[in-house]
Amino acid sequence: MNPGNYLVLSGLLFAIGAVGVLVRRNAIVVFMCVELMLNAVNLSLVTFSRIQGNLEGQVIAFFVMVVAAAEVVIGLAIILTIFRTRRSASVDDVNLLKY
Amino acid sequence: MDPHLLAAAAPITSTSGGEALTFWIIAPIAVLGALGMVLAKNAVHGALLLVANLFCVAVCYLLQDAPFLGFVQIVVYTGAIMVLFLFVLMLIGVDSTESLVETLRGQRLAATVLGLGFAGLLVFPLGKVIKGQPAAGVADVNKAGGGNIHAIARLLFTDYVFAFEAVSALLVIAAVGAMILTHRERTGPKPSQRETLRRRIESGAVLTPVPGPGVYARADSADQRPALPGGSNGLVGGAPSELGPGGGAAGGRGDDAGAGDAGDGKAPSGPVPATGPGAAGGAAPVGAGKGSGL
Repeated sequence: MNPGNYLVLSGLLFAIGAVGVLVRRNAIVVFMCVELMLNAVNLSLVTFSRIQGNLEGQVIAFFVMVVAAAEVVIGLAIILTIFRTRRSASVDDVNLLKY
Repeated sequence: MDPHLLAAAAPITSTSGGEALTFWIIAPIAVLGALGMVLAKNAVHGALLLVANLFCVAVCYLLQDAPFLGFVQIVVYTGAIMVLFLFVLMLIGVDSTESLVETLRGQRLAATVLGLGFAGLLVFPLGKVIKGQPAAGVADVNKAGGGNIHAIARLLFTDYVFAFEAVSALLVIAAVGAMILTHRERTGPKPSQRETLRRRIESGAVLTPVPGPGVYARADSADQRPALPGGSNGLVGGAPSELGPGGGAAGGRGDDAGAGDAGDGKAPSGPVPATGPGAAGGAAPVGAGKGSGL
């Protein structure tokens, strides 16, 4: 098996996550799909680190994880605040700025 | 890294058999977990499938000589972040169903087709390019740095120390921001225990503990009779009544009649067609003084 197969897996996971973001309506599921895409990119970074033979890719993947953790905290807080005022977690219901 | 180290490292064109076997077991599970998360109706099932997927990705990190990232992935992602997701899911309510109304017509179909095309674009050229490409491998770098964790720590605290500090500031800001976003100012005074109790009594709710499921009695108190097979408790208008000392047998008959239709006060089994609670009293005598027709 070639190490590049990890890149194929990462590409598949990224595409699945992108489809999930476009198709799903529940804000939390959309958020989980974003997490899946971030993880796919992390996997590709680790694989590139291995192909290149240095650890910079792993360090960048580590930073991506930290930023993803911060993003999850803020995103879930925003979803919770919207749910409190609008009683809905659907991304279609948040359209006040549209009109 | 040192150039002589790079020269010493034999490029990997094919991994070991054990790694290949693990990859071919793990990769389908990861893809199926991701697909299941996108397709799952219940958001909690989706979260659990995402946990499986993240775990598989962690195994991929471990396979690629990145043990630090692998364990951080398991601890931070499948542990902390997914628990956070489940917390918010439970707060919002897992029964919140997804609307099937499309705001943009045909958006789901278009998104699926475009996603498939995107996957094809990503995977097929990639698969062609990577065929036979050598990989340097990080095992030597790890060994030169005194282990994966030491090597990453050296990079983090030398070359990337400013990024590291910025990211730590970001984490603190995120924590404070989440607290500010979810904090709610109390607009009125907090209700005291006395006010809560008064409101409960005024609302007419059951104050005593209600009997457990499967019990025919509607209350635990001794002056309430258990329900009859028909579902009623043999009382008219819900008022509690007691059988008189002499009317045991007749009262029993009246109970049976009351089981059928206690609401309108008729006693079909009685000899005289009765029309009201007072008339029914002739057919089914009850205790003196208690004028509730049975």
